Amino acid sequence: MFFTPQHTRRAFLIGSIAVAGAGVLPRAAMALSTTQASALVEQVAGEITRIINSGQSENTMIRDFERMMVRYGDMPTIAQSVLGPPARSATASQLSAFAEAFQGYMARKYGRRFREFLGGTVTVTGAQDTGRYIEVLANVTIPGDAPFEVRFRVWDRSGRPLFIDLLIEGVSLVISERSEIGSLLDRNGGSVDATTAALRNLG
Amino acid sequence: MLPDLWNMPLSKMISHKRAVAMLALMGLMALGACGPATLPQGDRIADRDEAQNRAVHRFNVALDRAVVGPTARGYGNVVPEPIRDGVGNFAANLSQPSHILNNLLQVRIGQASQNLVRFMVNSTIGIGGLFDPATAIGVPAAQTDFGETLHIWGAPEGDFVMLPGFGPSTTRDTIGLIVDMATNPVRQVVPADDRYYVTGVQLLDLLGDRYEVDDLVDGLFNESADSYAQLRSLYLQNRRFALGGSAPALDAGGDDIYADPYIDPY
Repeated sequence: MFFTPQHTRRAFLIGSIAVAGAGVLPRAAMALSTTQASALVEQVAGEITRIINSGQSENTMIRDFERMMVRYGDMPTIAQSVLGPPARSATASQLSAFAEAFQGYMARKYGRRFREFLGGTVTVTGAQDTGRYIEVLANVTIPGDAPFEVRFRVWDRSGRPLFIDLLIEGVSLVISERSEIGSLLDRNGGSVDATTAALRNLG
Repeated sequence: MLPDLWNMPLSKMISHKRAVAMLALMGLMALGACGPATLPQGDRIADRDEAQNRAVHRFNVALDRAVVGPTARGYGNVVPEPIRDGVGNFAANLSQPSHILNNLLQVRIGQASQNLVRFMVNSTIGIGGLFDPATAIGVPAAQTDFGETLHIWGAPEGDFVMLPGFGPSTTRDTIGLIVDMATNPVRQVVPADDRYYVTGVQLLDLLGDRYEVDDLVDGLFNESADSYAQLRSLYLQNRRFALGGSAPALDAGGDDIYADPYIDPY
C-alpha cells in the first residue's frame, strides 16, 4: 500500500539525485590529489628541518613555527574541531578570537619541543584519499631513537591544501587538544571567552 | 599428552607450565571462535571509577614528584648514556622470552621467530643483551604483552583503570600485566636468589625511560589543564594504535572529528 508505483518512482528519483550528487560533490570538493598532499608534507617537513637546524633562539623558532602554522594549517577547522560542540553556539568573532589564542598556545607548546627533532628526517611512505581528506603516511627517524609513524591529514576545503591534523603513533593532535580544551572549558564554566583568555597564558 | 586438567589438585594445576598450557588452549579455542575485539576510535572509554582513578593519579603525581622524578634525574645525570643504554638493552633482552611466549599464544609465528632471532643474536653477539646488534641488522623488537594477546583472543578492553605506580591501563590490560608478571619465563629460569638482580635491572631501565621523557612528564603534570584527562586520552589513542586500531576519524559522539567551517549554511 505504501509502495505504490508512484511512491517508488519518486523514491527512485530522489535516490538517484542523491547518488548522482554524492558521486559529484566530494570529487568537486576534493580537487586535491594524494601526490599534491604528499608534496605538501615534504615541503613543510623541509621548512621545519631548516628552522630546527638554523640555530636560532627558541623565541625566534616559536615565532617562525607560528607563521608556518598559519600558512599551512587550516586554523579555522582545527580551532572549531578542538572546541567541539561549544563551537556551534559561538559567534564568528568568538571563534576567530579563540582560533588566534589557540594558535599562539600551540606554537608555544610544541615550538619548545622542536629541538628534540634535531637531525630528524621525514620520509613519506604513502597516501590515501579517505573521501573527506587525504592522509599522508610518513616515517620519522631521529638519530638514537626508534623510527616512528606520523600521519598528516590534508584537505582543501578552504580553497588551498592545508593541514587539519597530525597523528604521531596514533595520537591525534586534534583529539588530544580537544580533551585539553574540554578541561579548560569545564574549568571556566563552559565559557568560550574565558577559555580563550586562559589559553593566552598557557603553552 | 595433555594433562588431565579437570582431575588435578588446584595447587598443581596452577603450577606454571600447566597454567600456560591451559591459557594457550583456552586462547586457541577462543581464537577459533572469534577474531580480535573491536577497538573504539579516538579516546572514548567508560571511566566508571573516575573518582578513584583520579585519586590514584594524584598519588602517582605525588610519588613522581617526591621520589621517581628526582631519582630518575639523579640516575640520568650521574650514569653516562652508553651505560644507561646498556641497562636498557639488557632489560629489553630479558623481556624477549615473554614477547615470544605471547607471540605464540597470539599465533603470530612471524613475530615469534623475529623475537627469537633477536634474543639469540643479542644474547650472544650482543654480549648477554648489553648491546642490540639485532636492531642494527634489521630485526627490531616486536613488542607485545598479554593484554594484546587477550585483545587478539577477542577480549574487549573494559574500563579505564589508573594503576598505582604503573599509570594508565584498562581492565583487560591490567589482567595482562598481572599474567605477564606471573608467567615471565625469565623469572622461572633464574634462580630465586638472582631474581632481585632481574628486578633491579628492570627498575633501572624504568628510571632511564623516565629520565628520557622528563620534559614530556613535566609538561603533562605541570602545564596541562587536567593532567588526568590528558594522560587518559594520550594513553588510549596510543594503545589502540599499537593494537592495530583504525586511525581515529570520529569523536565520542560518533561525529566526524573535523568541523567544516566552509559549509555555506544558505
